[in-house]
Order: sequence, then C-alpha cells, then structure tokens
Amino acid sequence: MEALPFDLQILNALAALLLLLSFAMLSQRRIVTLVNLLAMQGALLCIATILLAWRTGAGHLYFSAGLTLALKVIFLPWLLHRLMRRLGVYWDTEPLLNTTGTMLIGVLVVVFSFGLAQPISALASTATRNAIGIAVAVVLIAFMTMITRRKAMSQVVGFLSMENGLFFGAMSATYGMPMIVELGVALDVLVAMLVLGVFFFQIREQFDSLDLSHLESLKEDQ
Amino acid sequence: MSSILTFAVLLGTPLVGALLLGLLGAKRWAPALNVLFSALTFLAASALTSRVITHGNLVVMHEQFFIDAFNVFLVTLTAFVGLTTAIFSRPYMRIEAEHGRVSPAQLRLYHSMYQLFMATMLIALTTNNLGLMWVAMEAATLSTVLLVTLYRTPASLEAGWKYFILCGVGIAQALFGTILLYFAAEKVLGAEGVSALLWTHLNVVKAHLEPAVLSLAFVFLLVGYGTKVGLAPLHNWLPDAHAEGPTPISAVLSGLLLNVAMYAVVRCKVLVEGSLQSTLPGRMLMGFGLLSVVLAAFFLWRQRDIKRLFAYSSVEHMGIVAFAFGMGGPVANFAALLHMTVHSLTKSAIFFAVGHAAQKAGSQLMEDIRGLITLSPTIGWGLMMGSLAILGMPPFGVFASEFLILTTAMKQEPWATPILLLALGVAFAAIFSRVQPMVFGETTAKRLPHPPALLPVFTHLALVLMLGIFIPPYLADWYRAAAQLIAGH
Amino acid sequence: MTAFDWVAQILGIFAALLAAPLFLGWVNQCRAWLQNKSAPPLLLPYRAIRKLFHKDAVIASNASPLFRLAPYVVFGTMVTAAAIIPSIATRLPFTRAADAIALVGLFATARVFVSLAAMDVGTAFGTLGARREMMIGFLAEPALLMVIFVASLIGATTALPQISELLATQSLALYPSLAFTAVAFTMVLLAENARIPVDNPATHLELTMIHEALLLEYSARHLALMEWAAALKLFNYVCIGFALFIPWGLATSQAPFILTLSLLFLGAKLVLAGAGIALIETVSAKLRVFRAPEFLATAFLFAVLGLLVRLLLGA
Repeated sequence: MEALPFDLQILNALAALLLLLSFAMLSQRRIVTLVNLLAMQGALLCIATILLAWRTGAGHLYFSAGLTLALKVIFLPWLLHRLMRRLGVYWDTEPLLNTTGTMLIGVLVVVFSFGLAQPISALASTATRNAIGIAVAVVLIAFMTMITRRKAMSQVVGFLSMENGLFFGAMSATYGMPMIVELGVALDVLVAMLVLGVFFFQIREQFDSLDLSHLESLKEDQ
Repeated sequence: MSSILTFAVLLGTPLVGALLLGLLGAKRWAPALNVLFSALTFLAASALTSRVITHGNLVVMHEQFFIDAFNVFLVTLTAFVGLTTAIFSRPYMRIEAEHGRVSPAQLRLYHSMYQLFMATMLIALTTNNLGLMWVAMEAATLSTVLLVTLYRTPASLEAGWKYFILCGVGIAQALFGTILLYFAAEKVLGAEGVSALLWTHLNVVKAHLEPAVLSLAFVFLLVGYGTKVGLAPLHNWLPDAHAEGPTPISAVLSGLLLNVAMYAVVRCKVLVEGSLQSTLPGRMLMGFGLLSVVLAAFFLWRQRDIKRLFAYSSVEHMGIVAFAFGMGGPVANFAALLHMTVHSLTKSAIFFAVGHAAQKAGSQLMEDIRGLITLSPTIGWGLMMGSLAILGMPPFGVFASEFLILTTAMKQEPWATPILLLALGVAFAAIFSRVQPMVFGETTAKRLPHPPALLPVFTHLALVLMLGIFIPPYLADWYRAAAQLIAGH
Repeated sequence: MTAFDWVAQILGIFAALLAAPLFLGWVNQCRAWLQNKSAPPLLLPYRAIRKLFHKDAVIASNASPLFRLAPYVVFGTMVTAAAIIPSIATRLPFTRAADAIALVGLFATARVFVSLAAMDVGTAFGTLGARREMMIGFLAEPALLMVIFVASLIGATTALPQISELLATQSLALYPSLAFTAVAFTMVLLAENARIPVDNPATHLELTMIHEALLLEYSARHLALMEWAAALKLFNYVCIGFALFIPWGLATSQAPFILTLSLLFLGAKLVLAGAGIALIETVSAKLRVFRAPEFLATAFLFAVLGLLVRLLLGA
C-alpha cells in the first residue's frame, strides 16, 4: 500500500472532516452550534486552500484563502451571531423525520454524490480529485439541512454550507475559479447576508417569530 | 474608442443612478430623476445597437464584455422597458405614497434598487465571462428581494422569502454548473486565468470540450438558471414574487428578468450542443417548456389575484419560449426571440394597466375589480387590449410568434402540437373569462380623479401591434442573425 | 509457531485474567478522583471476587440447567476472546482459530447466554434487563462490525493480529477513516460495557439498570465468574481498541526482553485508557433508555462514514 505525500493525506483528512461537519450540522438543532460549525467549515476550507496554494505555488489561492477567512470564518458567523442575539432565536424545532432517519438518508446521499462525481474525478488532473465527490456530498447534505428545517436562521446556515461545498468543489476540481469570479461570488454572498439581516427583522416585525410555518399561507386560491 | 465610451455610459449610468437615488430617492423630483437615468441608459443602448448593426460584434475591456446580435436587442429591450416602467412608476408610486403604503425611506430604497437592478441585468446581458454572468444574475435577484417585500405585508414577506431561498438554491446549482464548465474548459484552453470562462473562446473550442462533463454541467445550469426563468416545476417562487411587490417591480421582473435568465440558458445551450453534438439539451428544454405551459395553463383557473394570474401567464409564455429554443433551427429560434420581445412589451403593458386598476379598486383580487370601462376608459381599454395581445389574438405580435412556433412544431415535433394547442386554449379561456367581467362588469364606484400614466401602456401595445403586422427589415435581419448564432453557425 | 509464540500467548491470557479486575478498579479510582471523592481501594475487585468464591451458591428452585451453565460459558468465551486479541504480541497461535468477525460472534454468544439466563428464573427485572441488553447489543453489533470492516479494508485481512502488525510497522500515515471508526468504537465500548452515558455501573435502582439487572439472581461462585467476565469484557474491548488504533508497543518480533517491554507498554496504555473512560463517564450524563438507540445510531453512522471515506476517498 503506497502512502500518499503527507500534504495530500492532510487534504484527504480535511475533506473527511468537512463531511463530518456536514453531518453534524444535519443533526444539530441548537442554532448557536450550527453557526459555530459553519465557521469551522470555513476554517477547514481556508486551511485546505492554503495547503493547495503551498503545494501548487498558485499565488491567487493565498488571496482566496484570505478572503475565505475574512468572510466565512470571521464576518459571516459574527453577523449571524449578532442577528441571533438581537432576534432571540436560539433553538430550532423538531424536524419531521427523526434524526436517525435523516442521517441514514444522508449516508445514501453521500454514496449518490460519489457516483455522480465519478466521471469528473476520472477526468480531473488535480491532486485532490477524489475530494470532488465529498464536495458534491456536502452540497447535497446542506440542501437536505435546508429542507428539513423550520426556522429561517437554520435554512440560511444550510444555504451558506452549500456555498462552502461549492467552493470546495471548485477548489478540488480546478484549483479555484478565476479571481474575479471568486471576488464576485464572495461579494454576492456578503450582500445576500446583509439583505437577509434586513429581511429577518421585517419577518420578525410582522410575525413576532422566525418560524417559517408562518410563511406558508400563500395558497393558490388567494 | 467611442464604443467603449458608449458602453461605459450604458453600464455606468444606472450604477451612478443607484448611488444618487439611494441618497435622494425620497425627494419630490426623485421619480423624475429615475426617469432621466433610465432615458440616458436607453440612449446609450440605442447608440450601442446602431454601432453593432453597422460594425458587427463588439468586444471590450480585455474581452470581458461581448456584444453580438443576440444580446444587443435584449439590451435595448431592457433599457426601453426600464424607461417606460420608470415613466409609469412616477405617478404610480406617488399614489402609493399618498395612500400611505410606502414611507420615504422605502422610496429611497425602491428607486436606488431599481437602477441597481437595471445595472445588474445589463451586466448579465453583456458580459463575456460566464462567471461574471452568474454573479450578475445573483445580484439581480438580491437587488429585488427587498423590493418584493417593500409593503411589509405577511404575504409579501412570504413571497420575498420564497424568492430568496428558491432562487438562491437554484443559482447555487447554476454555480456548480459553471464550475463544471470551467473544469471542462480548463482542459482545452488552459488554466491561464480568465480566458477559460469567456464565452467567445469557449464558442470556438466547444467541439473539443468533454461531453460527459458538459452534459452534467448543462443539467445543473438548466436547473439553476431555469429556476430563475420560472420553468416548472421550479416556478414556485414566481407567482408570489411577481404578485406581491409594487407593480413596476412586477412589470420588470416579468418582462425583463425572465428574459435575461432565458438568455443565460441559451448561451450555455449553444456551448453544450456544440460539444455534445446531440439533441439532449434541446429535448430537456422542450420538456421543461411543455411542462411549464401545461402547468401554468391549468393553474390559471385557480387564481383570484389579478397579478398572480398574469404571473402564471408569464410562466406559460416562458415555457413557450423554452420549447421553441429547445426545438432549435433558424425558424424556431427566430420565433423564440420575437416572442421574448413581444411578451416583454405586452406583459409590462398589462402590469401597468393592472397596477392602476388595482390602485383604483384598492385591492388585487379580481372579484373586487369591476367595470373598468366606466371607471376609467383608458385603463379599461388598456387592460382589454393587453389581454387580447397576450392571449395571442391577431394582429398582435404574440400571434405571429406563436403561429411560427406552432407551425415549426407541427413540422419537427408533431406530438407536442396538440399539447401546446390545448394549453394555449385553456389559458385563453381562463384569462379571457377573468378579464371580461373586470373590464365590462357592473360597478357602483365612481370615476376617480387621479390621471393614470397610460402612455407607456399604449406605446408598448402599439409596438406589439406593429411587430405583429410588419417587422422592419433591420429588425428581421437582426433576429435572423441572432437565430443563426444560437443555432451554432 | 515457536515456543516463544506459545509463551506470548499464555502470558497474554494470564495478563488479561489478572489485570482485568485491576483495570476495573483503576477506572473506579479515576472516577472518584475526578468527582473529588475518596476512592475505594484499587484491589477491591479482587477481594470482591475472592469473597464471592467462598460463599455458598443460592439458586432459585425453578432455575434450569442453563442458569448454572451460563456463567461458565460467558467466562469461557471471554477468556477465549482474550486469547485471540493481540494485547502483548501479534504472533498468537490461537488466532488461526478465529478472526475478528468470529470475535464479534464470541461476544454475541456471551450476550445471548447472559440474557437467556436472566430470563430463565422468570423475574420481572431479569427480563427487563435482558431485553434492554439485547436492544443495545442489536444496535452495537453492526457498528462494531463496520469498525472491523474498515480496519480489514486497511489491513487487507480480517485477522486482528495481522491488522495490528501492519498498522504498527508501517510508516505513520493519517487515516481519517480510522479516526471516524475510533470514535464509533469508543461509543460502542461505552454502550457494550455498561458505562455512562448508556448505563450506570454503580446504580442500584433496578428500573435504570441494564447490565446489573442481568446479575441480580446470581450469587457466590456464579456471580464471581460473571463479575470477572464483565471485567474481562471491558479489558478485551480496550485491547481491541489498542490493537486497531494504537498498535505501537505490541511485540511484533522475537527480540529479547520484548515481551517485558510490551507488557510495560500495555500497562501504560491501560492507565491512560482507564483515565480516559473515567473522564468520559464523568463529563457525560446518563441517557434515558429510549435515547440509547440514537446514541448507537450515531456510532453506526460514524463507522459508516469511516467506511465511506475509506472506500470512496481511499483514505
């Protein structure tokens, strides 16, 4: 059994940890912990980017790592924590499907994602091509997190986790997108969060709660 | 050199407008300023258009922006409808402010986001960089989320939330598709920075791109951008978002944003078809298009809110456009482009009329709006003509494009023709049966003193009528050139 | 199979037999320290077992022969397991008899006999304990098997000593899959050995008992054997953990004094493991019984994640 170079082992370990964090977010109901897990995901991404930058010598990846750190590890979690404090939202409600069932479906999703990503991994020339499947899995599990939640805040965390997965996918398939695109995406995410902040206050003002069951009343015959 | 200046003016004007109106948007003359900025944008767009017609395709700013026959007419259309909507929005928002539905801070937000929205759409239309196109599309969604929730009612908040989340998730799929596209492009074009995402470069090498990756990428891109077009079954956000915001926003969302999203889908389809050399992308588009037409036609019957009714009509027409682009070939593409144009003009005209009608009646429910002919003849006739136009009555332009699409379908995809005809018929009956009592019914309300701004309505309808009867040669050449481009020649 | 190997084998079995109660005492000692209480003497489990052997057995009148047989079967399976698990050396003659999957089967046999014996006399609490024990076991076994699968995939064999030898001798490599399965294994260890958070070993409230309830009817030498078997079970589980995840220190060759050295290593590892278990017990609260399946499902999930990461990522 040949051993991979050490930095690739660390990258694989980081990918596995990323997957673990996705599952942890899937089962977690305390929103404070959800946001902290999101910050940890961002930190893992940052470390992975720096390692890749060191390995390939691509300068723009260092910048990308810095951007990830500033945005996904520091600013966005801080913003979300602040929102939580001001809105007083700390816990999510029981999901429809119990935790065990959700996790088992998550496992099936992981297998499916790897199957989906197989043709891409086969064609990729990067060192981290095996991790593309994990990126797709993170995206799909984040999507599951979004649809099994009732509180608006948890859905937003799921959405941001999806972005993390996409970023990791771009990193492992193509060593990141062109800088201008990454800047644009970061800007979009930032603006989206700011818009959401305003939005949450509007929702809370109207409904006195951030439970999304209040937002399901628009029906066809209206 | 002057083309770069024109282009800079085109993109810069709405951006500057957004900034200025963010500060001054609550003043009495702010709506006029809004109209001024939109007019300037339209002038720049027209200048750019004439330049492209005379000198051919235009590539500016280190190849980041690219204007050819396909997007130049969309640019002009966007700028034009932006202008007329700004004209419409002047008295409309004044009345809304008088009724107390918007505060000065909200008016500032409204005006600045309106210009920002125009800017992002123009960037999305003119950029050569597929990544930037994604960024601009997401920015267009974000700039309108707060506008959909402008009135802060529970329904509008729900609409805004659905819009944000569903479009956000959709556009994340599109990002994945873009990443896959970049991945495939990198192998052929090399990873030297940005050139792997430039559409012009990709168009040249599309036959060499890896088919497996591109087909996967197209699925994600279609699902992603298709959510923004409102293709069923991803259209859930559309009726709510188009119905709950202020009417000018409904007009531009229905009339313009759907077109821009469709443009994104078609640009990607050109690349994928070139690589796959198969009809899979076309078939997928056709499938989604047909599903949208059928679903929308049947949902039309259950609507009680007038704006939701016409929002579903937008879903239906975008389905027709998707179906036409899916069929492919020069005639179908021509018809689809024509349909995009006339739908845009007609739908925004309808929303203008509807907006004023709802304002007069004080409610958006169709059962509360009656006898518009007696209340205000201009609105009544505007709504009637607009509905007839959108239903595809000759001699309006929608009839011409739908006729072309149906005849092409009969030749190329005969199985789809009965489905299309059925859906169109159902939609006709639904809308007509709803509009008729609204316009001609009995009412006890009296004529109201506000003069509605109906110049935009009739201008649009006149244009649609003209396009139905006679398409000017330069316009026809234009469409033909764009159709050829899309067919991949 | 040289004489050296036989010596290592016998030494391993005796080490397990003798060290198991001491290990139990050490865990209790650490727990007391962490809770700022004064601990019972370290050698108390030995004294308890010795005391029990001197007593007269009292058996219910309606007990079947199974009831008398069960302690011997359970003790025997535990000793057999101790023989197969590489605690000191990796060249063990007995391992040709059974591999890791058979090891899981041995534990299952013990569990079945203990549960049957508890139900044998027909008391309410015995049956309650038996059912709970089977529920825990039914969920823990797949998780344990997954852990074994992952280790087997990495070691390319299901024989536990070979896996340990491979892991101990190759150059240091990061195995995220092993990391996940280590977490899963720890959770299974806590569940199967009646530790908090699944079961409180020091409880005397019958309604909260799982493991203790199974022993309620036993006395004297039968009870002594069952208690010893329980201590052996914990020891065995901990040694499996060492073999899979911390294999360094095992005697993999026949160098002089290597057995002494590996005994010292084992002692050190046991000290740390005992402290670790005590720490986990102190920090966690006991789960309500109907939450135990969730706990074990999480363990299963970790193990499956480890398997997926190994299969799909190759790490």
